[in-house]
Amino acid sequence: MSTDKTFRMDGKAIPFEAGETVMDAALRAGEYIPHLCHNPNFPPHGSCRVCVVDVNGKHMCSCTLEAAEHMEVDNSSDAIIDKRRTLLQMLFVEGNHTCPACEKSGDCQLQAVAYHTRMLSPHFTHFFPKRSIDPSHPDMMFYYNRCILCGLCVRVSRDVDKKSVFAISGRGIDSRLVFNSPSGKLGDSDFSATDEAAKVCPVGAILPKHVGYETPIGQRLYDNKPISVVGDTIAKNHSEKPVVIGGPHE
Amino acid sequence: MSDLQQAAPLRKDKLIVSTAALCGCFGCHMSLLDIDERILDLVELVEFDRTPITDIKTVGKCDIGLIEGSVGNAENVEVLREFRNHCDILVAVGACAVNGGIPAMRNQFELKDCLEEVYIHGIGVDNPHIPNDVEIPLLLDKVHPLHEVVRIDYFLPGCPPSADTFWTFLTNLIAGKEISFPYSLIHYD
Repeated sequence: MSTDKTFRMDGKAIPFEAGETVMDAALRAGEYIPHLCHNPNFPPHGSCRVCVVDVNGKHMCSCTLEAAEHMEVDNSSDAIIDKRRTLLQMLFVEGNHTCPACEKSGDCQLQAVAYHTRMLSPHFTHFFPKRSIDPSHPDMMFYYNRCILCGLCVRVSRDVDKKSVFAISGRGIDSRLVFNSPSGKLGDSDFSATDEAAKVCPVGAILPKHVGYETPIGQRLYDNKPISVVGDTIAKNHSEKPVVIGGPHE
Repeated sequence: MSDLQQAAPLRKDKLIVSTAALCGCFGCHMSLLDIDERILDLVELVEFDRTPITDIKTVGKCDIGLIEGSVGNAENVEVLREFRNHCDILVAVGACAVNGGIPAMRNQFELKDCLEEVYIHGIGVDNPHIPNDVEIPLLLDKVHPLHEVVRIDYFLPGCPPSADTFWTFLTNLIAGKEISFPYSLIHYD
């Protein structure tokens, strides 16, 4: 893709197309900006704020920010990494993220992005919220403990699978994922293990049954290489058939 | 004072290290021992005070305290506060110490329900009753990571942190260097 427009990120010129976001331009140039609710295959959501960058002195969400010339973007200073780490620490203490007991461990984007920010402790006081699981679906499990409300399943199920399965209900700390079925159970909804939405969860909230530890701990995506090198978990699932729907501002 | 008590004075030229296991599985201590023959190099640099390795039961003034496990009962609180009072540098070692880990999964349930499940309704329980001997430390309502009880200076995540993580941490710290881990040495599982 040729373009003569650029902005600068960490001292490097990043080319961009008109209407392209800072995130998309950076990823295309091979520069990693941490993200959780964003999946480059789908329109941005801008809810997790982990992709925060400093643009000309202001903190901006790079997945929703349209690139412009003369932008000076800080993606890697200690100050911006501190901000991201704080956001991640809040995500960790709000849920129940018991990595040693989670079958997503090693393939989990939340964990990998936390490693990227050099997070060693949760810092804050844990909420230890009482949350359940929904095992009602024959092929898929849902763990409320691990859901970070990124909204990816909601968006992908609606926009790609053309189904009405997921929604985020409630407000603030009471927000939770809900399923569209008479019983409220995932197993009674239209959800299928072959849906695109079954592949996009960045954490271990939506997991297929019967395959838990097929890839042993130690051989997983983020066990030996950082996410800035190997990319998103979901990229693995979409490696054969990338799903692109519309531009960043559809 | 007997000869035996005088025989092992703590050497002033070595840093003094104490360790303790609170509500955990002892896996972090096993991982520390996995430094294998490097423990001979380590004891040239440090002197172990209270630790399950020496079986010394009381903690004296220490340079470094390593705590494995989370805080799940009244005795854990007491030991942790003792360590904080006696250690210049206190380190939370392993997933349980850092964020509650596996023991904190009981926070999903009422303590009463946990005890009844194990001691009253459990399969094969003989003479069902909840143990109430005064010698048994009272369980806390919730399990807590260490930093929710005392100030912690360093965190070593991992279930357990690998032997190389311990080795890198201790040798960097003792040498007065900035503690820096390669990617493969920091993991939460």
